[in-house]
Amino acid sequence: MSAIADIGGADGYGAVHPPDRDEPPFAEPWEGRAFALTLLGMGRVSGRNLDAFRYALGRLDHAAYFDDGYYGRWLNAVELMLTESAIIAPGAVDARARALRGEQVDEPPTPEPDKPDYAPTAAGSLREVPDPPRFAPGDSVRALPVPDGPTKLPRYVSGHTGVVESVQPGHLLPDTHAVFKGENPQHVYTVRFDSRELWGPDAETFALTIELFDSYLEPAA
Amino acid sequence: MTTERLPASLRTEALEQILTERGLVDPGVMDKFIANYETNVGPLNGAKVVAKAWTDPDYRERLLAEGTAAIKELGFSGPQGEHIVVVENTATTHNVTVCTLCSCYPWPVLGLPPSWYKDPAYRARVVREPRTVLHEMGLDLADDVEIVVRDSSSEVRWLVLPERPAGTEHLTEEQLVPLITRDALVGVAKVAAP
Repeated sequence: MSAIADIGGADGYGAVHPPDRDEPPFAEPWEGRAFALTLLGMGRVSGRNLDAFRYALGRLDHAAYFDDGYYGRWLNAVELMLTESAIIAPGAVDARARALRGEQVDEPPTPEPDKPDYAPTAAGSLREVPDPPRFAPGDSVRALPVPDGPTKLPRYVSGHTGVVESVQPGHLLPDTHAVFKGENPQHVYTVRFDSRELWGPDAETFALTIELFDSYLEPAA
Repeated sequence: MTTERLPASLRTEALEQILTERGLVDPGVMDKFIANYETNVGPLNGAKVVAKAWTDPDYRERLLAEGTAAIKELGFSGPQGEHIVVVENTATTHNVTVCTLCSCYPWPVLGLPPSWYKDPAYRARVVREPRTVLHEMGLDLADDVEIVVRDSSSEVRWLVLPERPAGTEHLTEEQLVPLITRDALVGVAKVAAP
């Protein structure tokens, strides 16, 4: 996940929107089409790699991430995945869209697919981890710096110290899985932070928990 | 060189057409996906889970210990439900869930996330000033209630077991279900007595 998606704690997004109890899942029909296209389309790459999809979301530019709404963002990310695997040509979607509205356009030829050489070892994201967990509930841990490339370690917890609340089932590691470089399953911990540790002494008083992978953590004193 | 952004609706139609022509997606399968989330998979599932937990102490215990398995007992499972952890809201502790990095959400019990949950404002702010955010959403908590924000950064999905409101002791499981809202199951509201 890159900086554009890593918005926990960021300023500038304004007020939240009060819930509407009867809101439908899709505000407009195209959102449902984009939803289904994304779920099916990502499965045409190599495995149904949700981490690769999330990494594609995180590599969108500002407009592609924010301006088309949630399902527009999905559409843009699956288009990126399909283009990178040469399942569709760069510009193919825009060219077809222009043709659909009556413009005279030359559509690019269909390329030869170049998909990642990867297949998941099992369905889903949970995996057995052979080694015992490094940390136990009650242990103090510190979140390491955010690595370059795909990760599920958000900036707002990086460098901060919390306490392991529970050990969750092992997961394949998004950092490598997102780029089709292996599952590398790890233990995952729910880590609890005090709000003042994250945001300073003037913060509202509350606790926050987040799931952190083993390699995101180091022991704290 | 034009930099015009084409509407997402038009680009969706274009991608569907391209992939359909190539036999890579089946529009009929897409229709079924969409209809499933429009009609079957929604917060009514979560409401049924909670109503059962409120009226069946053994089920409540199983739900809090092994959420995924207890939820599956009622027939609810599927994508975004590999490992669901249920946390209980009480008079003294209030859990509220978010996914700051995307909008991860327990689909089998809540359906697809509502717009406010996907909104960058909610994602960015509820991990920093949850009391203020909850107030803006219409929920004022007493100062001595501990708030616990649950940021869903892995495949673990959180479901809130809301507090059963006073004055509902005489209601049956079936009568409780319609009182239980999506917002209470995420933790941005409480369940109100009828």
